[in-house]
Amino acid sequence: MKRLSEWKFTSKEFAQIPEKFLSGHRACAGCGPAIALRLVMKAARGPIIATNATGCMEVVSTIYPYTAWKIPWIHTAFENVAANASGIESALKILKKKGRIKDEHVDVVAFAGDGGTFDIGFQALSGAVERGHDFLYVLYDNEAYMNTGIQRSGGTPHGAWTTTSPAGKVIPGKAEYKKPIADIMVAHEMPYVATASIANWKDLVVKARKGMEVNGPAFLHAFTPCPRGWRSETEKTVEIARLAVETCTFPLWEAEYGEYKLSPQSKVIALKPEKKKPVETYLKMQRRFRHLFKPENKHVLEEIQSEVDRRWQKLLKACEIA
Amino acid sequence: MAKVEQKVVPLNGDEAVAYAVKQCDVDVVAAYPITPQTIIVEKFSEYVADGEVDTAFVCVESEHSAMTCSITASATGARTFTATASAGLALMHEMLGVASGCRTPVVMSVVNRALSAPINIHCDHSDAMAERDMGWIQLYTENSQEAYDSIIQAFKIAENLDVMLPTMVGLDGFVLSHTLENVSVLPDEFVKKFVGIRQVPRVMNHEGQLVPFKLDPENPLTMGPLDLYDYYFEHKRQQEEAMRKALDVIKQVHDEYAKQSGRSYGNGLVEAYRLDDAEIAAVCIGSTAGTVKTVVDELRENGIKAGLLRMRAFRPLPVKDIVSNLAGKKAVAVMDRACSFGGNGGPLFHEIRHAVYDLPDRPKLVNYIYGLGGRDTTPYMIEGIYKELQKIAETGQTENTVQFIGLRE
Amino acid sequence: MIPQKKGWKEVPLAGVCWMSSTEYKTGDWRSYKPIWNTEKCTRCMFCHIYCPEGAIKHDTETNEMVFDYDFCKGCGICANECPATAIEMVLEGKE
Repeated sequence: MKRLSEWKFTSKEFAQIPEKFLSGHRACAGCGPAIALRLVMKAARGPIIATNATGCMEVVSTIYPYTAWKIPWIHTAFENVAANASGIESALKILKKKGRIKDEHVDVVAFAGDGGTFDIGFQALSGAVERGHDFLYVLYDNEAYMNTGIQRSGGTPHGAWTTTSPAGKVIPGKAEYKKPIADIMVAHEMPYVATASIANWKDLVVKARKGMEVNGPAFLHAFTPCPRGWRSETEKTVEIARLAVETCTFPLWEAEYGEYKLSPQSKVIALKPEKKKPVETYLKMQRRFRHLFKPENKHVLEEIQSEVDRRWQKLLKACEIA
Repeated sequence: MAKVEQKVVPLNGDEAVAYAVKQCDVDVVAAYPITPQTIIVEKFSEYVADGEVDTAFVCVESEHSAMTCSITASATGARTFTATASAGLALMHEMLGVASGCRTPVVMSVVNRALSAPINIHCDHSDAMAERDMGWIQLYTENSQEAYDSIIQAFKIAENLDVMLPTMVGLDGFVLSHTLENVSVLPDEFVKKFVGIRQVPRVMNHEGQLVPFKLDPENPLTMGPLDLYDYYFEHKRQQEEAMRKALDVIKQVHDEYAKQSGRSYGNGLVEAYRLDDAEIAAVCIGSTAGTVKTVVDELRENGIKAGLLRMRAFRPLPVKDIVSNLAGKKAVAVMDRACSFGGNGGPLFHEIRHAVYDLPDRPKLVNYIYGLGGRDTTPYMIEGIYKELQKIAETGQTENTVQFIGLRE
Repeated sequence: MIPQKKGWKEVPLAGVCWMSSTEYKTGDWRSYKPIWNTEKCTRCMFCHIYCPEGAIKHDTETNEMVFDYDFCKGCGICANECPATAIEMVLEGKE
């Protein structure tokens, strides 16, 4: 199997790469997904066409007549960004073959939130990956349908408050657990799947570049906190994304054709388990989990910790680290 | 007199459509199978597998994705085609509006079939009628020959720079799609030249430049933004304007094609059959028009001044042609192969009635809903319609405005 | 500047956007303003990297971090992430 190139650069060099996701977009102050989009766009290696599903990033970046996209971009609907990418990629392939457009490689990148990926967008994603289109799918996961007002999604974690899984007298937040979307994508036996956190920016950027380089479909699950929906301080967005990795709530790994490999930040914890922080340090920073710190909801905290531990052990096994 | 030499090939409606698509230098075909459209995609995939076409054939996982892929492929500058029917068209509904709003000239063959529930695989027009407000040009065909001709014309109509609207060509499910007919096909070179290479208009982008209207890294632009209440209305008005321009474009393309092929269908928008001196007439869409023509001929032999107006274009609605053809007629029966539940008649009836409303000598209009779910409509039944029209013409009285014909009471 | 509203005949085809977002200044959203200290700064680039707006740039000629207050929304991520405490969030108007 051909090794994906390791893109090397210094922070200063990175700072000089021109922005393709421009200022003036209307995201909330401290928006995690906006950071992810800026970083992924900086990973672009040449001509690129992007497409978004309906959602926060689509709405904030293209309020007519303004657009924050320096590159060609299209949005059609909520559940079909992977089909968008399929159409663009198919057209590029055939037009190049017929000599109607320049014979140069154009990267196709699809962006969607957890709404447009875990739930309504899953069919199109699964179909596009099965057909093997050459595109990178970037999931910016803020763990709820944020754009429509913080409703729960398949990506909302257990115990979280959302407007459709509120912390009530009888039910304390979301009863279900987070759908393991990245593992589901690995089960598609696709060329490249990776998880990334905006806190580990270099890891995210290199993974985005790898996803673009792959000849075939690639899936990047980016963890992007939302201060608005998570009820956290705007300045803590990156810090929370860091804690998610350090508590193993969101471990960082990549999988090429189903072969799991832990990324450095999570590997450190695997080798030195004492570095793994208790999940409470992460939950404490978000008022969407505030109700869990009441004595009657203590069991939910325990459920969250044990599920984090279970998934972490499962991942370690898949990475062949005892 | 045909200018171009053609050969006759036995094809059913679906095969005729696939044959036409093969000749039109289509770049991307993204489709999902559904009875009775399946033969189109099957035949086309054979062409692809045999290397007879240079087309990216995307076997998408649903009709919604089929329309999505068609839209974005078209937005990238490709000539695209898809096909569907019934529930598939209904599933695409959301995206039909997007295709029209994004001004992507996708051509789609709709093999008209009834909508569920209960599920029915046979012919009626409820599927396409339900989409009449979505901003697509709608052409309906009477036979497989017309389906073949209309698909070729559809690309030219849709891609016209003044129009830039997606276009659907309807053919009746099973009646046309699965029935063998002798179809005269034009030579490959002629069709390729007729449709030409797809052109795109120029549009102002966010860098203040006039760039080709397609997704191209050299000339970036943003398609499909969020409109607030300050601009949506203007964008929709533009679509309406394109529809109005389409009336002339459909006629022009039809005439240009007719000159070379020797085949014409009225003026391209409507086909007036023995309507000039007719006193009573039927208005009809699709293959049943063929049966009506036979009945009209018989009635004429018996001295009855009967005629038929077949609607080829339903969207844009050719109001002027409807009005000029029906003015002065005493009684007209509008035949609907779809029912607008609770709407006091079928969709065609509503549109024809409103089109002639302002005429000082507007005819008495009645509605016959027929053929739902593939129910056969016989010449005998159609004769019955004309008999009732005669009575209305004599007495000037209408007993029942909306009736169901062929229904067991 | 609020753009003049175009009529339906002037509006570009198909809703293609005709203005860059850089013409929409989001700077007036903020309550707190980041103030940068050149001596403390180690030029690690974290502030540039983590800013959701892309409002902090590194000027290679002057080797200064340039804050574009036309777009800064005052979220405070730059100050929170700076390992050298070279950025302080100050109430707008009180700097």
